[in-house]
Amino acid sequence: MFTRRRFLETTALAGAALVVGVRFDSRPAAAVEGLAPDAFVRIAPDNTVTIISKHIELGQGSYSGVATILAEELDADWSQIRVESAPSDAARYGNRLLGGAQVTGGSTAMADSWSQMRRAGATARAMLVEAAAREWSIPASEITVDRGVVSHAPSGRRATFGELASKAAAIAPPAQVTLKDPKDFKLVGKQPPRVDSRAKTDGSAQYTMDFAVPGMLTALIARPPRFGATVKSFDATAARRVKGVTHVVPVPAGVAVVAESFWAARKGREALRVAWDESRAEKRGTDELYAAYRVLAGRPATRARREGDADGALRGAARVLEAVYEFPYLAHAPMEPLDAVIRVGADGCDLWAGSQAPTIDQQVVAQIVGVPANTVRVHTLLGGGSFGRRATPNGDVAGEAASIAKAIGGDRAVKLVWTREDDIQGGRYRPLYVHRLRGGLDAAGNIVGWEHRIVGQSIASGTPFESAMVKDGVDRTSVEGAANLPYAIANIAVDLHTTRIGVPVLWWRSVGSTHTAYSTETFLDELAHAVGRDPVDLRRALLAKHPRHLAALNLAADRAGWGQTLPSGRARGVAVHESFNSVVAQVVEVSRRPDGLPKVERVVCAVDCGTAINPDVVRAQMEGGIGYGLAAALWNEVTLVRGRVQQRNFDTYRPLRIGEMPAVEVHIVPSGAAPTGVGEPGVPPIAPAVANAFFQLTGQRVRRLPFARLAAAGTRTS
Amino acid sequence: MANLRINGAARTVAADDDIPLLWVLREQLQMTGTKYGCGIAQCGACTVHIDGRAARACVTPAAVLQGREVVTIEGVSGDVARAVQETWRRLDVAQCGYCQSGQIMSAIALLSEIRRPSDADIDAAMTGNVCRCATYVRIRAAIHEAATTLGA
Repeated sequence: MFTRRRFLETTALAGAALVVGVRFDSRPAAAVEGLAPDAFVRIAPDNTVTIISKHIELGQGSYSGVATILAEELDADWSQIRVESAPSDAARYGNRLLGGAQVTGGSTAMADSWSQMRRAGATARAMLVEAAAREWSIPASEITVDRGVVSHAPSGRRATFGELASKAAAIAPPAQVTLKDPKDFKLVGKQPPRVDSRAKTDGSAQYTMDFAVPGMLTALIARPPRFGATVKSFDATAARRVKGVTHVVPVPAGVAVVAESFWAARKGREALRVAWDESRAEKRGTDELYAAYRVLAGRPATRARREGDADGALRGAARVLEAVYEFPYLAHAPMEPLDAVIRVGADGCDLWAGSQAPTIDQQVVAQIVGVPANTVRVHTLLGGGSFGRRATPNGDVAGEAASIAKAIGGDRAVKLVWTREDDIQGGRYRPLYVHRLRGGLDAAGNIVGWEHRIVGQSIASGTPFESAMVKDGVDRTSVEGAANLPYAIANIAVDLHTTRIGVPVLWWRSVGSTHTAYSTETFLDELAHAVGRDPVDLRRALLAKHPRHLAALNLAADRAGWGQTLPSGRARGVAVHESFNSVVAQVVEVSRRPDGLPKVERVVCAVDCGTAINPDVVRAQMEGGIGYGLAAALWNEVTLVRGRVQQRNFDTYRPLRIGEMPAVEVHIVPSGAAPTGVGEPGVPPIAPAVANAFFQLTGQRVRRLPFARLAAAGTRTS
Repeated sequence: MANLRINGAARTVAADDDIPLLWVLREQLQMTGTKYGCGIAQCGACTVHIDGRAARACVTPAAVLQGREVVTIEGVSGDVARAVQETWRRLDVAQCGYCQSGQIMSAIALLSEIRRPSDADIDAAMTGNVCRCATYVRIRAAIHEAATTLGA
């Protein structure tokens, strides 16, 4: 650990620039004795303020958000702000909400950055002020800072940050700083434009797919036709004859074809012949899995939550409703297919990637290449979408790239590319689940018992996250959104059957809530309908002790005109759900498409995400979450027949297109609380809200997703 | 080898093995603004202009483009392009941004042909451009706003 003295030497060496970092702001000031050079901001003599983001930019606006927080307390001018990605170093850039690993995920970027970036900005500001006070021989208390200019009104002196940076670098960071009163915010809660919009509109934004170094090779991997199969033998004769192919090598993931260009690698992979050992491969299809899961859904399982006596309440109920739900495997399908560039050299190893977990990648690469982790330099580039896919517990893509580099030897850089087909067929899906819900009603129509059983694979099991995420046999990602059902029901039981299937699974934007919001919010709608209660009124009654839920629900219902008459052929539905500590309510209006599926015309969305750092980014994330969730609800499923994935590309894994995007209005619940999640919470309510509206319109309950199965297999009502 | 005109300049490229224009742009000419998303003309991330019309570079063999005028996001210019790009920035349309070169190229082609597109015109012209971040609300709004700017 660096001492403060060492810190100052380091910043001086870093060259006439002020570098500020604050370690673990949750510690009392006295404990910040050994201040480490956790650099979050760099102020250069040219007056640029570079903010170092430990959270990757995947589209969710984290660069802009992190910069807004820090620039706010620094009183910087937005035009002088630049953002760059932090290097891999968990000690300085760990996510304090995810156990200290350097991970962007769980919609935590703003919550994790809030107090830390405020303190970093305020610390840098105090050092600039002190430098000016010494320079001008005046008390620091008489100095003001506004939009990047430090001023002393009585003497008329002014200086830019750039002019003060070198002097400020020689000043010891203050032990304590005073943060702004939120009423004085000039950037937080306002509309500074995104920092990445220019580069993303002129083609200059650089993603891993675009990154290149001289002499770089491109690799594709021939992957097994079934999960769990391995290479038995391969014939590379024809592949090696393809012009530009340089290497054909076996790697743990399959057989890598390495070439001078993507096109040559693709041609080479087409020419490659591989015989697979499928003795240990998963050979079941999704129809068999659904059938097995439905049987399990009828059997007692591991407890995830118990309130009162649900079993007794259901036995004593005047009426019991029961519903079984089916949720498919889902691919993430970010627009930029998976990729990584690696170069192994004598001076260490470089990895360029758009990874959500750079320090995991660092460890994985180090282990495969056989070098110390601190010689692996991870350079985080923009991610072309992810939705969870670029956060794997085993650093899968980086590991594959490392295994190829090791297999071919030498020090030429290699870019590993997953084609879209590799992406759709390559697994790490949102798990397939079956839910069974039973609800008991008394003679007066009150809900007296709620029993919820979930069957599916664990995401965390068998990964380094297992010890943190699986407790008493329950993976919390399997039951989140169900085990914390907010409704005031006296008797609740939530159970989980964890299955072991050879299909790799992963978190998918909003994780457990992708399925639990659907089953809980549509089943509650069924109960409301059964007792003749208005779905919004019933929710209000059951959420009396949840003010954030109530506020979001009421805001969405009011702005949507809940209860007002709609034109014929249209109907409304509602859902409200908490995820990642934010609450989102959505009221949708649907009509019917010619093919019988719902057409979502309008969505009114209300979100409580604590302090909205960039309200326009919050709106964008709600819009995007709605579109992402809607595509999955209507059309998306990965199906397997005898272990083989049936979908290949966007022709068979159908994305939402512009004409299918509803009008969206987003309303933000005013809040002075610390920020909570935004990237994921817009997703969960859309599917159940659409299903509830579809029932209003057609009388039909949809319990198997995607909705497209309605047309494919007829309807199924229980 | 093939002689192409790209962004107004003559370029000689290796165009054998039915290599698509996409990979010539990205790997031979280092013009990486045009993206690979699906390789089968289903997502539009690779949209460029060929003789002024939107086309998918991932399925267009470079060898057939002799004598044709190719424009990419790096070279697009003029009033319509400027209006579209500036509106895209003003509305902060982009999220991950990976598809936006293609979205912008399709939007420029649309507005070059139809100065005041209806929602139906936008649906028709933009349906081949997928955005997994689902920025469609803003894409539509930006096209209408750019049209207003241009129509003045």
